Amino acid sequence: MAETPAIRTDRLCLWYRTFQALHDISLDIEQGRITSLIGPSGCGKSTLLRCMNRIVERLPYVRITGGIEVLGHDVRAPEVELLQLRRQVGMVFQRPNPLPLSIRDNVAFTYRLQRGTQRIPRPELDEVVEAALREVLLWDAVKDRLDDSALGLSLEEQQKLCIARLLPVKPAVLLMDEPCSALDPAGTEAVEELIWKLRGAYTIVIVTHNMAQARRASESCIFMLMGRVVEHRPTDELFVAPQHPETADYIEGRYG
Amino acid sequence: MFSSTPLDARNKRIQNRVRILFGLMTVLLVLPVLLILGLLVYKGAPVISLEFLLTSPTEGMTAGGIMPALLGTIWLVSVALLVSVPVGVAAAIFLSEYARDNWVTRVINLAIINLAGVPSIVHALFGVGAFVLFFRFGTSILAASLTLGIMTLPVVIVSTREALQAVPHAFREACWAMGATRWQTIWRVVLPNAVSGILTGIILEVSRTAGETAPIMFTGAAFFLPYLPVSVYDQTMALSLHLFVISTQVPGVPEALPFGVALVLIALVLTMNATSIVFRTVLRRRRKW
Repeated sequence: MAETPAIRTDRLCLWYRTFQALHDISLDIEQGRITSLIGPSGCGKSTLLRCMNRIVERLPYVRITGGIEVLGHDVRAPEVELLQLRRQVGMVFQRPNPLPLSIRDNVAFTYRLQRGTQRIPRPELDEVVEAALREVLLWDAVKDRLDDSALGLSLEEQQKLCIARLLPVKPAVLLMDEPCSALDPAGTEAVEELIWKLRGAYTIVIVTHNMAQARRASESCIFMLMGRVVEHRPTDELFVAPQHPETADYIEGRYG
Repeated sequence: MFSSTPLDARNKRIQNRVRILFGLMTVLLVLPVLLILGLLVYKGAPVISLEFLLTSPTEGMTAGGIMPALLGTIWLVSVALLVSVPVGVAAAIFLSEYARDNWVTRVINLAIINLAGVPSIVHALFGVGAFVLFFRFGTSILAASLTLGIMTLPVVIVSTREALQAVPHAFREACWAMGATRWQTIWRVVLPNAVSGILTGIILEVSRTAGETAPIMFTGAAFFLPYLPVSVYDQTMALSLHLFVISTQVPGVPEALPFGVALVLIALVLTMNATSIVFRTVLRRRRKW
């Protein structure tokens, strides 16, 4: 692989107090692809995701060893500004969590944070908002009600909005923690389509419980079990010819 | 099948009795409020007039109006608010948004609860010792308002903290994950959504402050003053103390006069409470979670 990996972890271990949640995770996640993280509940996939933008450190009793690099830069170096990291590595949560602001203000939120106290001219802001909403296929649905509360949108639209609001600051990586599990089948399909459309432009890491989703909507797949990576291969290979018996058992639904 | 057994009948009887008993208790709760209001309006309304509100007491406080006392109460409440709102709101924000749960914050919480439990007369003595004597403010609006402010601080802190904690945690997480600092999160998301609750707490505090007598009688409120206060270093009359004085200390006051004063005081408090309800509904209508 010639390119710098989007995310590289090197013998990453993580403890919650005395419980070790991650064991020696060494991974390269390629740029511009969709990588899914699958595995049974409690296997550490969400924890791993939350390491990548260091949001896991909000808990005071977490201890981490090993390295995490995003685009070749050590994110745990002392000079790293957490706020910059979090804008570069955006996160989408399981439950859509738009802020209780208008649709416009939600999308403009990160952009405004980045510009600080500087006043942003209205046309510039409008352009940014429109571009982000178009990118997530939401523009046509909401262009006439940008000043309405974002909480009035359907869950599917809310989740798209949560993705849209990460985009104005040009993040390199989007982390998604079961982004569809609060949505109905139609919403899931729409959001999956969106994620598929965003590949190439962003590196996407998506945690999912839904095997079919991992298969449909990712190019690379990581199977985790008890805090370790068991298998990391292109999705179609992993699902067609898993190399480890644990992987095979899991994807065939023998446990999970 | 499905027919009633003796046990069902018994359960139903108990259920009915419980409902009636509890309903009665609820009526008992409302009754005194209605009686008090009714009595006050019935006996006090005849003396209420614009003149009553806008003139000074005359003839040894047995006639005339209540303007200095009304004005004095407004002075006391406003200065007390200036003291307790900034301190209380800032402390609540710190406790709710910044402080970690450890023994220090637990001790602080305990202190707040205890402060709320201190009887008002003890606050009064503290006010005399600290503000009147030690800081040499003398008996003045400043000393009285500081005493009132400290007394109501726990109310502001607790109500503000509750309002902040009613804002769902998911909003904060969303903000932090987008690279907002704690302060940006508080300023842009938490406070705008907690403001109705905070205002409600503050207004309830106002209504409580307006009615207090003990904390002000040694620290700044006077029986009778022939002049109006012009600065916070002056003494002042106050509605609550005025009511106490003309009901118990002055001979020959016509019966309707104290009722009139009481009516004004309670109208003031109820107006405050009503404002807080209006505030809350208006601000709450804007949010949708």
